[in-house]
Amino acid sequence: MSMPFYVAPEQVMKDRADYARKGIARGRAMVAVRYDDGIALVAENPSNTLRKISEIYDRIAFAGVGKYNEFDQLRVAGVRAADLKGFQYSRDDVDARSLANQYAQILGQIFTHEMKPMEVEILVAEVGANGAADQLFHILYDGTVMDEARYSVLGGDAEAINARLIDVDLASLDLDALTLGGAVQAATKALCGPDRTLSSADLEVAVLSRSNGRRCFGRLSDDVVAGLLEG
Amino acid sequence: MAMPFFTPGDDPGASFPELLRRMGLGTDDAAMAAAGAAGGRLDVPHATTCVALRYADGVVMAGDRRATSGNLISHRGMEKVVQADRHSGVAIAGAAGPAVEMIKLFALQLEHYEKVEGSALSLEGKANQLSMMVRGNLPAAMQGLVVVPLFAGYDLRRETGRLWSYDVTGGRYEEFDHAATGSGSLHAGTVVKVGFRDGMPRDAAVDLACKSLWEAADADSATGGPDALRGIYPVVATITADGWQRLDDAELAARYQTIAEEVRAR
Repeated sequence: MSMPFYVAPEQVMKDRADYARKGIARGRAMVAVRYDDGIALVAENPSNTLRKISEIYDRIAFAGVGKYNEFDQLRVAGVRAADLKGFQYSRDDVDARSLANQYAQILGQIFTHEMKPMEVEILVAEVGANGAADQLFHILYDGTVMDEARYSVLGGDAEAINARLIDVDLASLDLDALTLGGAVQAATKALCGPDRTLSSADLEVAVLSRSNGRRCFGRLSDDVVAGLLEG
Repeated sequence: MAMPFFTPGDDPGASFPELLRRMGLGTDDAAMAAAGAAGGRLDVPHATTCVALRYADGVVMAGDRRATSGNLISHRGMEKVVQADRHSGVAIAGAAGPAVEMIKLFALQLEHYEKVEGSALSLEGKANQLSMMVRGNLPAAMQGLVVVPLFAGYDLRRETGRLWSYDVTGGRYEEFDHAATGSGSLHAGTVVKVGFRDGMPRDAAVDLACKSLWEAADADSATGGPDALRGIYPVVATITADGWQRLDDAELAARYQTIAEEVRAR
């Protein structure tokens, strides 16, 4: 009779986490930054059709990095959960916190029970009626949820990008003083770093804007992004 | 409620009604049919007259505000012309309860599809979706809870306004220029038919739609006219390349003032 090898649970979790992190590191990063009128979501994405950022509900957006098919599956599940909740109760009852918790449950469940963890990091962003109510929930491959205040960085090179954003010192900047252009420029600079440049064609940019009406989500075309980057 | 997660072979796709069924939230056809079985005696509110017509920049949709239960007015401010999405709208006539529910579900389905698929349905696709919903209501319709919508919108691919009328069985007929539905549709439809000109400007098209509802209200007791006393005017909206735009009450009040003076001078 063959005996299975004993592997310590710590080792199993570490191996899975390494596997997921490696998968995520292969992809490109994205940054979300709050500005005076809402939240700007900027991703490095040369594809014009396979989106990393998308709409979930009236005030809620989703962004994912890592393995496309996996975060897209999560995105669709989020759209379904939100639309069902809005249909069953009311549109006002759909909120990012509850969605983030559900995502965390799923990711945590898959991380501990499935053969392979999901190689994704996702962001659930909600724009409030005023700046104080904006929310950014950053969820990791193992179901860890982080509620982030001013900006959020997802993806492989997150630490370096985070450091560059800390240099800009967004946190001490008054929210009203940061326009959409400023937010997109700061995000792009942080994404590309000192050694290279990113043009509007390499970026996927969307906003959750308080002034967009009921559906706050809107994509920005390459031309608009180019204009914003020039300032 | 748990987050709806499906395996690839079992996925309901971009269909919201199908998702509702999977989650056990589908409409209860048996209950609707049972409610409808009493429909002859049960005086459920009914919505009445709506018209839609094409003009130079797109389409105009208009509907009166009255809902009736038998010989009583049950609601004076009902909105039967409703925006479905950015470039389309629905007008409904028939049993108010199922009709309002149908529009809500239809608008939600268009948005759900757009979000799941990442691009909006074509206008023809939207008309087809509505057709399936009307057909789904057939058991209730057979019992008296009839819903007969009009669908109109701006076709971004063909760059023109288009409109469709439906029958109880979900039959979908594209109309070239104009359509009317509801109890006052005979009168309203005739006014539109006589006054219609190809490529009308916005003003003329809106006036024609307003006039048609005036005449319908004049001859059909179930159609409400402009109610200056309470400040309730028909819902009139245009749909163009720039999207849905509802006319505000001040503009409608002025237009109906002019129409009233014309009628007085006859």
